[in-house]
Amino acid sequence: MDTRFFVTWMEEITAAVRAARDHLTRLDAAIGDADHGTNLDRGFSAVAEALAARPPATPGGALVLAGSTLIRKVGGASGPLYGTAFREAGKTLGETPEVSTAELAAALEAGLAGVRRLGGAEEGDKTMVDALAPAVRALARAVHEGGTAGEALDAAAAAAEDGAKATIPLQARKGRASYLGPRSIGHEDPGAASTALILDALRTVGSR
Amino acid sequence: MKKLINDVGSVVADTLRGVAAAHPSLRVDVENRIIFRRDAPRPGKVGLVSGGGSGHEPLHGGYVGYGMLDAACPGEIFTSPVPDQIATATTGVDGGAGVLHIVKNYTGDVLNFEMAAELSGDEGVEVARVLVDDDVAVRDSLYTAGRRGTGATLFVEKIAGALAESGAPLAEVARVGREVNDRSRSFGVALTPCTTPAAGTPTFELGDAEIELGIGIHGEPGRTRAAHREAREIVRLAMDAIDDDLPLSGETLVMVNGMGGTPLMELYIVFAEVAAYLEEKGATAVRSLVGDYVTSLDMQGFSVTTCALTGDLTRLWDAPVETPALRWGR
Repeated sequence: MDTRFFVTWMEEITAAVRAARDHLTRLDAAIGDADHGTNLDRGFSAVAEALAARPPATPGGALVLAGSTLIRKVGGASGPLYGTAFREAGKTLGETPEVSTAELAAALEAGLAGVRRLGGAEEGDKTMVDALAPAVRALARAVHEGGTAGEALDAAAAAAEDGAKATIPLQARKGRASYLGPRSIGHEDPGAASTALILDALRTVGSR
Repeated sequence: MKKLINDVGSVVADTLRGVAAAHPSLRVDVENRIIFRRDAPRPGKVGLVSGGGSGHEPLHGGYVGYGMLDAACPGEIFTSPVPDQIATATTGVDGGAGVLHIVKNYTGDVLNFEMAAELSGDEGVEVARVLVDDDVAVRDSLYTAGRRGTGATLFVEKIAGALAESGAPLAEVARVGREVNDRSRSFGVALTPCTTPAAGTPTFELGDAEIELGIGIHGEPGRTRAAHREAREIVRLAMDAIDDDLPLSGETLVMVNGMGGTPLMELYIVFAEVAAYLEEKGATAVRSLVGDYVTSLDMQGFSVTTCALTGDLTRLWDAPVETPALRWGR
C-alpha cells in the first residue's frame, strides 16, 4: 500500500461521508445534537483539499496531514478524536513508502490508543471505540493468520460494522449521548457508524 | 423550515458580519471567527476567552466588552470552536497577565480548548481554565460525560470579568470563576425542540401536550418527557431538581432564561413562580435576569439558573459592565 493508496482512501472517505451525511446527522439527532454528518462532511472536504494542495510524499504523511486538517476544521469532539486517530496512525508509519498489512494494523492500533487516551472511552461506552477496537483486533488477527491484504481489510470493515450495530442496545457512558441516560438505548452511535464508514472505505480501496 | 438566512453554509459568517456592523465597540475577525474587545489586549489585565457552538446567542459574543470577556470564539452551530481559532484569540488578548479560558463542560469544548491551551502555552501565554458544569439534569458520575455547562456560564463570565477588570491576577480570577460555578445550578425545560439550519427539521419530536424536562442547550432531548401542565408546576419540577442538588437559601442571583423562542411574558410568569418558590425555601432573589441570554436557536422553553451569592460576589456582579447584551453601571 503506497502513498497513492492512502490518498485514495481519504478521497473514498470524503465521498462516503458526503453520501451518508444526512444519515449520520439523523443518527446524531436521536441521541446528540444533529451535527455529526455536516461536521465530518466539512472536515473530509477540507482533507481532500489539503491533500490536493500539498501532495504528501509518504503514506504516513498523508495520514498526518488528514488528521491535522480534521483537528483544525471540524471542531466538536469528532474533530480532535478522528484527527488524533489519523495523526497517531500516520506517525507510527514513519517515513516508509510502502506499507504492509502488518504495519497498517500497528498504525490503526496506535490510532485507537490515541482516541482512548484523549476521549477516555472504553469498549461498551457507546462511542467510536466500539467500532474501531474490534476492527483493529480483526485486522491484527487476519495478519497473524497470514491472509491476503484484501481479506484482512474485509475482516476489519466487517468487524467495525458489527461493532457499530452492536452499539444500538447500549446505554451511552461517554459523549453527549450520555446525558440521555437510559434513553440513549435503542439508537446506533453516530461516531461508531462513521468509523464503520471509514473502514468500509478502506475495504473498497483495497479491493480495487 | 423558515429562517432568516441567506445560505445554510454561511450562517455563522453572516452572523459575525452583523455583529461587526452593529457593534463598533467590538473588533470582529470574520476569517478566524473571533469577536474581540476593540481595545484588547489590555496591558496587565488578565484576558478572558470563552467560546462554544453558535446557536446560543447572545452567548458568547454578546458578552465581549468592558467588565466581561476579551474575546469569544463561535464554532459552527452547536459545534465547539477549533484549536487554532481559540489559540489565536488567546494570544490576541494576552496583555502579559495570562488568559482565562471559560469552558462549558462538553467533550468537544473541553478537547478543543485543551489543545488550544497547549498551543498558546507554546507561544508563552499562561492559560488557566474554569470548567462550567451547572446543569443538575445530568448526573455527574462514571456513566456520563459529567454535568453540562449552561446558564452559569454567563455568571462566571460576568463575575470573573469584573475581577479581571479590577486588575486581579490570573489565579484569583480563575478562583472566583470556579467559586461561581460551584455555587450555581441550572435546570432547563423545553416546550418545543429547535431546528438547526443544516438539518432543517426539528432535533426531536415533542407532542402538543408534552414537555421535555432536563434539556441542555443543543437541542438534544432531555432526561424525561412529561405531560404539559401549569407554569407553576413546571417551575416546581425545575426548582426541586436544583434544590435537591444544592439547597436554596439566602441571597440568590437568579436567571430565568428564554431558549430563543419564548415570549418574554411567559418568562416573567415563570420568574414569579421561581421567586415564590425561593421565598418558601427562605431564599431571596436579590439580583435577577429575565430574558434570552443562553439560547438554543428557536426552541421554546426556559432554564433557571441560581447562584448563592456572597458579599464579594454581589459586588462583582454589580460592577460596571458594557457589552452588547449586558450593560449597567457605566
